[in-house]
Amino acid sequence: MAPPKHRRPGFSRRAQYGLFAGYVIATIGVVIALAAIAAWRLDPTGFALVRGAALDATAPLTAAGASVSRGLSDMGAEVGAYWNAGARNRQMTQEVATMRSALVQARAARFENARLKRLLKLVDRTPETIVSTRIIGSTASGTRRLATIAAGSGDGVRPGQPVRSGEGLVGRIFETGRGAARLLMLTDTGSTVPVRLARNGLPALVTGNGDGRLRVRPLIAGENPFRRGDLLLTSGTGGLYPPNVPVAVITGADALTPLARPLADPDRTDFVLVQAIYAPEAAAPPPGLPTTAGTAGAP
Amino acid sequence: MIGRQPAGSAHRGALIDGQAPKVSRFARAVPPISTVLASLLGVLPIVTDAPTIPPLGLLTVLGWRLLRPELWRAWMALPLGLADDLLTGQVPGTAMATWTVIFLILDIVDERFLFRDYMLDWAIAAVAICLAITAGLLSSGQHIAQLPLFMPQMALAILCFPLVERICARIDRWRLQR
Repeated sequence: MAPPKHRRPGFSRRAQYGLFAGYVIATIGVVIALAAIAAWRLDPTGFALVRGAALDATAPLTAAGASVSRGLSDMGAEVGAYWNAGARNRQMTQEVATMRSALVQARAARFENARLKRLLKLVDRTPETIVSTRIIGSTASGTRRLATIAAGSGDGVRPGQPVRSGEGLVGRIFETGRGAARLLMLTDTGSTVPVRLARNGLPALVTGNGDGRLRVRPLIAGENPFRRGDLLLTSGTGGLYPPNVPVAVITGADALTPLARPLADPDRTDFVLVQAIYAPEAAAPPPGLPTTAGTAGAP
Repeated sequence: MIGRQPAGSAHRGALIDGQAPKVSRFARAVPPISTVLASLLGVLPIVTDAPTIPPLGLLTVLGWRLLRPELWRAWMALPLGLADDLLTGQVPGTAMATWTVIFLILDIVDERFLFRDYMLDWAIAAVAICLAITAGLLSSGQHIAQLPLFMPQMALAILCFPLVERICARIDRWRLQR
């Protein structure tokens, strides 16, 4: 390949000036861009308007393609389902039998729970659902794990609100446009959720690992209390997430900080509920993306 | 080579040499538009919980820049990067800064390696991709210790680059034939 010509403007004064001006503009542009990054890290709300507008502009495009890609990903699951239908059937029949007795116990427990709460005059809130909507996309090539939903500030969605699906917690809203919003998924390295072990109520923190898994840190020193298959529920501590929403299942319990898999797979989740901040007087989530803890995230 | 332009080397080089540009307005608009469209592919409804999809806007901009060094001045990366930032939801200014710095570095590279072959182009693109992904990681407030998470994406992006450059070359031929 021959060298390009335009970098050697020759004797033409006009061309020399033009080349120089190009480099000056480029350098000024880089400085402005770096200033924009710094400004965004300090105060992300300053860019909310223009980013919200861009989000709104691309949302219809994303939504239009959503059904196609979902259909394709479902097709793989359908084929897989036929493959081991018999074994699944047997396993599920067994599960239903065990679940039935568990359900009766749960009903009794719920009744007793309500009675005891009345006795204690305990104030309990039910989380208010703002809107139910669809996940329409994510920034698959970006460095943060963000997903886009098809409802925005026009529907009452505000930054900080928790988002859950039928399976479990998905994440929390981090920026909004008029008709679309971005949510920070649980698996992002900046997301931290206070949880407790469903088995014995031990408190822990769940942090995103960035690769689709979660890292669990017990809040109590001592032996590793987690077992493989343990269920983690939100504890409601901090006031942002409502309590008792399923979050994750422990998959590896041998490591110092065990790993967990989120229950709500954002790949398969289509409908999600945006809920009001559980105790707004207690929770004031900082705007924008949280930064990652320095040494903690080393895989 | 004196007095004779290589085929298709129109654009700015020709303008500076004192000749009239031979390329239509449409043909000039095609490379930036294709880059923005590639950035837009990033908002396709693919929900993943790990960074997997290669940054297509970056790949396309590199493809055009390495294929046709005379096509764009370095500042052209600013508007293209801004569009990419807004469309892909990155921290505003990330692609603007990294792409422009990459263009400036490539200007120096153009001076140093006067005759480049395909493998060298690929190697340059690989370095640029690694730089850009690392910069995106740092600008979004993550720690450098998270870099291993982005290795698969980097590898995939580097492997995809020849394909993207091939597509750029195909578009280039199409736009200049019109």
